[in-house]
Amino acid sequence: MKPVTQPLLEIKNLYQHFDLSGDFLDRLHFKNGRPALKEEKVHAINGVSFNVEKGESLCVVGESGCGKSTVARTVMGLLKPTQGEVRFAGERIDDLSVKDMRPYRKRMQMIFQNPYASLNPRMRIRETLEEPVRFHNPEWNEQQISDKVDEVMASVGIDPTWGVRYPHEFSGGQRQRISIARALAVDPEFIVADEPISALDVSIQAQVLNLMTEAQKARNLTYLFITHDLSVVEHFASRVVVMYLGTVCELATSKTLFQTPKHPYTRALLSAIPKLETKKPEFIRLTGEVPTPVNLPSGCVFHGRCPYANARCMEEIPKLTLQNDGSQVACHGIEEGRIPD
Amino acid sequence: MALLSIQNLEVSFGLRDGPVKALQNINLELNRGDRVGIVGESGAGKSVLGFSILNLIAKPGFISNGKVLFEGEDLVHASQKRLRQIRGDRISMIFQDPMMTLNPVLTIGDQMVECLHAHKKISKKDAREVALQKLQLVQIPSPEKRLDQYPHELSGGMRQRIVIAIALIMDPDLIVADEPTTALDVTIQAEIMELLLNLCEQHNVALILVTHDLGVVAQVTERTVVMYAGRVIEQGPTDEIIKAPQHPYTQGLMNALPQNCLPGQLLNQIPGSMPNLQNIPQGCAFNPRCEFVKESCLKERPDLQSTATHDVACFKVHPERSELLSTGNGSDVKERA
Amino acid sequence: MSHASESVAIAQSVDAAPSRWEKFKESHYWHSFKKDRVAQISFTVFVLFVLAALFSPLLAPTDPYDLASIDIMDSEIPPSWSEEGEDRFWLGTDAQGRDLWSTILYGTRLSLIIGVCAVLLQAFIGIVLGLTAGYAGGRVDSFIMRCADIQLSFSTMMVAIIFLAVFQAAFGSELYQRLALIMLIMVIGIAEWPQYARTIRASVLAEKKKEYVDAARVMGFGSGRIMFRHILPNTLSPILVISTVQVANAIITEASLSFLGLGMPVSQPSLGSLIASGFEFIFSGSWWITVIPGIALITLVLVMNLLGDWLRDVLNPKLYKG
Repeated sequence: MKPVTQPLLEIKNLYQHFDLSGDFLDRLHFKNGRPALKEEKVHAINGVSFNVEKGESLCVVGESGCGKSTVARTVMGLLKPTQGEVRFAGERIDDLSVKDMRPYRKRMQMIFQNPYASLNPRMRIRETLEEPVRFHNPEWNEQQISDKVDEVMASVGIDPTWGVRYPHEFSGGQRQRISIARALAVDPEFIVADEPISALDVSIQAQVLNLMTEAQKARNLTYLFITHDLSVVEHFASRVVVMYLGTVCELATSKTLFQTPKHPYTRALLSAIPKLETKKPEFIRLTGEVPTPVNLPSGCVFHGRCPYANARCMEEIPKLTLQNDGSQVACHGIEEGRIPD
Repeated sequence: MALLSIQNLEVSFGLRDGPVKALQNINLELNRGDRVGIVGESGAGKSVLGFSILNLIAKPGFISNGKVLFEGEDLVHASQKRLRQIRGDRISMIFQDPMMTLNPVLTIGDQMVECLHAHKKISKKDAREVALQKLQLVQIPSPEKRLDQYPHELSGGMRQRIVIAIALIMDPDLIVADEPTTALDVTIQAEIMELLLNLCEQHNVALILVTHDLGVVAQVTERTVVMYAGRVIEQGPTDEIIKAPQHPYTQGLMNALPQNCLPGQLLNQIPGSMPNLQNIPQGCAFNPRCEFVKESCLKERPDLQSTATHDVACFKVHPERSELLSTGNGSDVKERA
Repeated sequence: MSHASESVAIAQSVDAAPSRWEKFKESHYWHSFKKDRVAQISFTVFVLFVLAALFSPLLAPTDPYDLASIDIMDSEIPPSWSEEGEDRFWLGTDAQGRDLWSTILYGTRLSLIIGVCAVLLQAFIGIVLGLTAGYAGGRVDSFIMRCADIQLSFSTMMVAIIFLAVFQAAFGSELYQRLALIMLIMVIGIAEWPQYARTIRASVLAEKKKEYVDAARVMGFGSGRIMFRHILPNTLSPILVISTVQVANAIITEASLSFLGLGMPVSQPSLGSLIASGFEFIFSGSWWITVIPGIALITLVLVMNLLGDWLRDVLNPKLYKG
């Protein structure tokens, strides 16, 4: 899958560190009787690079604390990266001001996790949907704005006449539809969805996923889909990025990843999905403590829990390397061929 | 005698516009060592059922009818003192959020010792010994160290293990687990579920697992109860329900799982959403979302009736019941069957 | 699945929109108000006070500011129900012969004007600074909140006394008497803004974390629009609650300042200055000049505090008991 054209979104060597140490007085402490300044950082993302091609659905999976939501927020400019670049359609966007970023806001939008918090509780649905349309199309008249809002509301299955209502009058699934409508209202070409279905019930999850698939077909959208749910990934993604503790461990097409997972972490993750089979769970047991992004392990971040780790894994950080089947894996064991298939 | 027998349980919530029934007509029987899964989406009343077993329903909710018999003793009318004796000793509860059980300002050891002291006379040294044993039982690495740690020093998975250790501390006969792994990652969830399963099997403890995750139920439980809008709509052996669900809602839930659909295709969704308890439709509560809906479904609420393998509350499965009730015929249903 | 069947299902939970009034009658504000006797009584009394203040020129039998209508011979007449009372003066007269009933009506008007205007000023400064501090964070936040801390470490009374006394000494009491109303509003308004700033900042910090704010940022909206259009409406409940208490506090502060002779002049008495003016006669038996306005003041402040309590219970969803 070599890109013929330019990728829609490029993330290059992204680092995101959050300072935990607080202000000067919080940081001041005594070490061996002498005052010193303490530094504590969360290493949320550590050197992540990947591209999103036009028209695809790229899923980022990983467990809590792996930095997947931070990637989403950095891509959308909600966070400034500590280091690295985000490029949209070839242009660098991570260092733009709010004003310079505006033209890109129309082209890239975001869907949030919690349908109960992502709509302003004091604004009627119609106001919530009209505001972005009016803001990004100042030359439109009221009729055009109203038509646009009717169109997006209908396209997500919400009756336009309910626009006079407030968010609390809708169920979780309906709110998530409205949230999708808000993102679609400015006609974006790229949508970042941060766990859009994890707060919803199973039957509603299916509705929302279908809505997103339909919208993708109808509007030719590209998705960056963040989730922890691997069964959704298998269904929805064209390509998958598996993250662990702020680094990418495997990047492959969805089919390749689910048929032949390579990285030991990916294997463990896949084996842990509860399957609809009534027999005792068999899964790859991970040993050791789950490390925190505050005290990042040296070498491969996964070595403490990896059954195949050796001395090299503890020292040297593995790089993503291209495999025969087109997938990319960051693992010394795979590189050396000492991990059985 | 059954270990736990819930008979015709009804739970109501006293709201402004009068009481609303959150649970109706619940019957469930459990023997020692049984593992039962209670499945449903939010608003189905599954957590209310879990809480009502220990008579822990908070105001404005109350048990308005029925019995919860634990070894023949009615817990609905038991005194607060007696309930306290039973809670934690004979029946323990595991919540979704471990911090609901753990006190953030006490060490793990103190909490476990306190729990022991509440239920029996035991020296501090022995109590610590028991606590240590239980921590080993839940496979916590370096348990001695954990006894002196505070909950916030541990990861989410570790905390849930501690909660399980506390639940096991008095060797209970029944554990009620309310979404015990929903807040955890899949790899941790798999470990915790396996642990829970092994402990129940080894010690012959009965388990009631309240969850929304059909996969978890499939792997841990022997029997499954499916709930919708405060009622049981299908119950029976777990493998039967997973393999051949009968109620259109259970079928819909199974079909909606991404595992059961082809990648790239649309998922088989159930339209609409669960009704609010204050305006449950007349007749079968599922009728607005059901593709097999007939006239009788709009008028009469179907009861749980047994089929060859399990119990289902649906006129589609029991067309003869609906014919008795109305003139509607069940020919299309028979074809499908 | 077609959207037609979707909308059918959704239609069950959301049907035709009720009017605003119907909605209010369905809301739990109205419901809890209907149940709460204390709130009902407080509200009624408060409305009576406001009406009295608004229509005092119509309600009062005489105009206490009109020197021509005052006769010094009428001074210190007790209320009409006592033996020496006269029917002309229902609540008696003060030391200058003004009708006490009329003076109290006009005084309530002044007290409420000062209270409400001072609180509007407090709210304006406090909301702008609190919103900025909470939304901007970092150094701006630290600077504004440290200023608030410093301001709070002086008591309002101390600041007001120093400021008003200096002003009076510098510009003479004649100019002061003319500007007394505005000066009181300014002083009380400026002295108490940190109360608002702190409350707003705390709610802004909580609201800022919610995803709807991120959604607004993703839309490319500027910080001004996000602060005032998106965050501010969601922090209105605590503002409403502290406003009732703050109006009551401002009225008390004004009364105290007037009592100390730094408030409204005797020619235009507020409730506080009326109490003060009667105080020297209290031991000569003319108790009514102090006690009756005192009761009016206490009642006004009490009902406002009770209303504030009720509002806090109702607007705090964590305390919502179903």
